[in-house]
Parts: sequence; C-alpha cells; structure tokens
Amino acid sequence: MNKTWNNFIRGIIKENPVFVMLLGMCPTLGVTSTAFNGLGMGMATMFVLIMSNIVVSLIKPFIPDKVRIPAFIVVIASFVTIVEMLLEAYIPALYEQLGIFIPLIVVNCLILGRAEAFASKNNVLQSIIDGLGMGLGFTLALTALGVTREILGSGSIFSFNIFGENASMMILFILPPGAFLALAYLAALYNRFTIKN
Amino acid sequence: MEYILIIIAAVFVNNIVLNQFLGICPFLGVSKKVSTAVGMTGAVTFVMTLATLVTYLLHQYLLVPFELEYLRTISFILVIATLVQMVEIILKKISPALYRALGVFLPLITTNCAVLGVAILALGMQDTTLIKALVFAIANAIGFGLAIIVFSSIREYLDLVNIPKGMKGVPIALLVAGLLSLAFMGFIGIV
Repeated sequence: MNKTWNNFIRGIIKENPVFVMLLGMCPTLGVTSTAFNGLGMGMATMFVLIMSNIVVSLIKPFIPDKVRIPAFIVVIASFVTIVEMLLEAYIPALYEQLGIFIPLIVVNCLILGRAEAFASKNNVLQSIIDGLGMGLGFTLALTALGVTREILGSGSIFSFNIFGENASMMILFILPPGAFLALAYLAALYNRFTIKN
Repeated sequence: MEYILIIIAAVFVNNIVLNQFLGICPFLGVSKKVSTAVGMTGAVTFVMTLATLVTYLLHQYLLVPFELEYLRTISFILVIATLVQMVEIILKKISPALYRALGVFLPLITTNCAVLGVAILALGMQDTTLIKALVFAIANAIGFGLAIIVFSSIREYLDLVNIPKGMKGVPIALLVAGLLSLAFMGFIGIV
C-alpha cells in the first residue's frame, strides 16, 4: 500500500514532470496562455500517458529489447491519434486552440520517459498509478501556469472576468515572452519551498 | 522574393523556439556551452531538412492518394525515428569526423518536437510545394540555431555571476529565454 501511494504522490510533488524533471516543456510553454488550454492539454497528455503505460506494461514480455523504443513510440502515437480524433469531434474549440501541440504529444519526453523508466519494469496496476500521478503533476503544473498567465494577462480565470471589463492588464503575459517569465518565477517559487523543506 | 519572405518570417518573426515553443528541450538541455549548441544546430539542420523532404513526399504521394491522412502522426514519427537511426549508421561509415561532432546529439533528435513540428507545419503552408517546404525547414533550422547559440553564449556568462538560491539553474535560464523572446518580438511586423 505504501509503495502504491509513493508511486502516486511522487509525480505530483517530488518528481514533478515540469518543475523538477523539465519534461514536456514545449506544450507547457506553448499552450498555457489560458487556464482552460492548460487544463485541456494536461488532461489529453494524462490520457495518453495512462493508456500507453497500460499497454506498454502488458506487452513488455513480447517486445525484443532492441526494438522497444520504436515499439513504445508506435503505441504512444496510436493513442495520440485517438485523442486527436476525439478532440476534433467533441471539443472542436480546444482542438483549434491547441493546434499543432496535439500531434506533438507523441514527442513529449514525459510519456516515452515513463514508458521506458517505469511501465516497462512494473506491473499494470502500478503503471496505471504512476501514469495517474505523473499525469496529475503535469496537469497541475500546466493549469497553475495557465491560471497565472490568464490572471496577469487578461484579468480572468477560466474566462471568468475578475477585475472588471475595463481593467488594463499586462498583455505581455499572454504573449510568448510571458510564458518564459511566468514559468521562471513559478519554478523559482517551487524551488523556494522545496529547498526549505 | 517569396522564399526570402519565408526565411525572414521563420528565422526572426516566428522564431521556432522563442515564439512557437518547439524544440524547448534541446534549447534548455544542451545550451550550457556554445560548442555543444553549435553541434546540436548542425544535427538539427541535417535531420530537419531530410525529415521534411521525406515526410512531404510520404504525405503527398502515399497518404493523400490513399486517403490515409489520419495516419499522419504515426507515420511521420516512425519515418523520423528510422531516418535518425539511418543517418547515424551512414555517418559513422562515411564521415567519422562528422559523426564524432554530431553523433551524441542524433539520438536526442527523435524526441525533438521541432523536427516533427516543422514537418507538420510545412504541410500546412499556403499552396505548399516541395521547394517551399524545404526552404521552410532550412529557415527554421537556422532560426533554431540562432536562438540556441545566442542563448548559450549568454548562459556561459551566467556561471560567473551571483544568483539568488531559488533562481539558480532553470529559473534564471527561463528568465533569460523570456528576455530573448521579448527582444525577438521587436521583429514583429517586418514581414
């Protein structure tokens, strides 16, 4: 039980994919101009991560060691294609917003990294737990960044206006440089609290 | 003229790293020294151009005629992974010197989203042709090189200054990247 809990909580704080391991930085910076986009991207990635962890941990005995990376990539790419189709069909607004970053979930190092480092060595249940923890950590980080940028840049949270219509906000934060600056300060804050502990 | 516009737009205005956020992993990962940044740029230019060439042909002559566009993501990433492996083997045989310079970077490139990103973006250009797609790929590789080399030369100086404890490492690097990105915003409107 303790081990399962560790596998779950590890991805959220101690080995947070974004703040600690610096995996999947492209979508982290690219789609977080609003909280909704960040959340959507996080959920899409979490889905692919959990599904690919399940499949990889199931098929690992049948894959020769030499071709395991291409095999993992095909599994991941299949689930990314599924996500792409589902989003296009059911949430077209999000599909438009995320654009090229949806097919690029394939090359998110987080997913291949977990397949290689965890799912190919552990059983299905633990792999699901790991995918859930890492996915939640990623989603939380993206949503935090999205919320920060949306408040500073457009004065709203999840499109809900909090400073009134005429407030003048720092547009910089919804532009590309703002992504780097906001993540820099969030990472510094994260370091501030983890170093202290 | 059209090609010059594509190049200026890709290198300065829509810089692939600082504006479109593709290829951030190598941008942050291998930018501690200028020499490794130059090596990475060489490898990326090589693979990006080849990958765009192959995926463009694949898309135009295989996926579109057989209405298999939904296989785009899977087929492209497989082609890129195979291509990287092949380039590695061929380079090792033909030019050991070049292999020593680029070799360590090649495996990293499979998961470099800039390569897959450019291959997909090249298909989305207005009435795209093979030449246009190739010019676009090379221009983006130059843009990547410009960003990572400028960034790494600044980062070399960061080792010499006093930085608050919490800002050390990644946060200060991201801050520098943010300022660079801000500088590149000055190019908006020239095309």
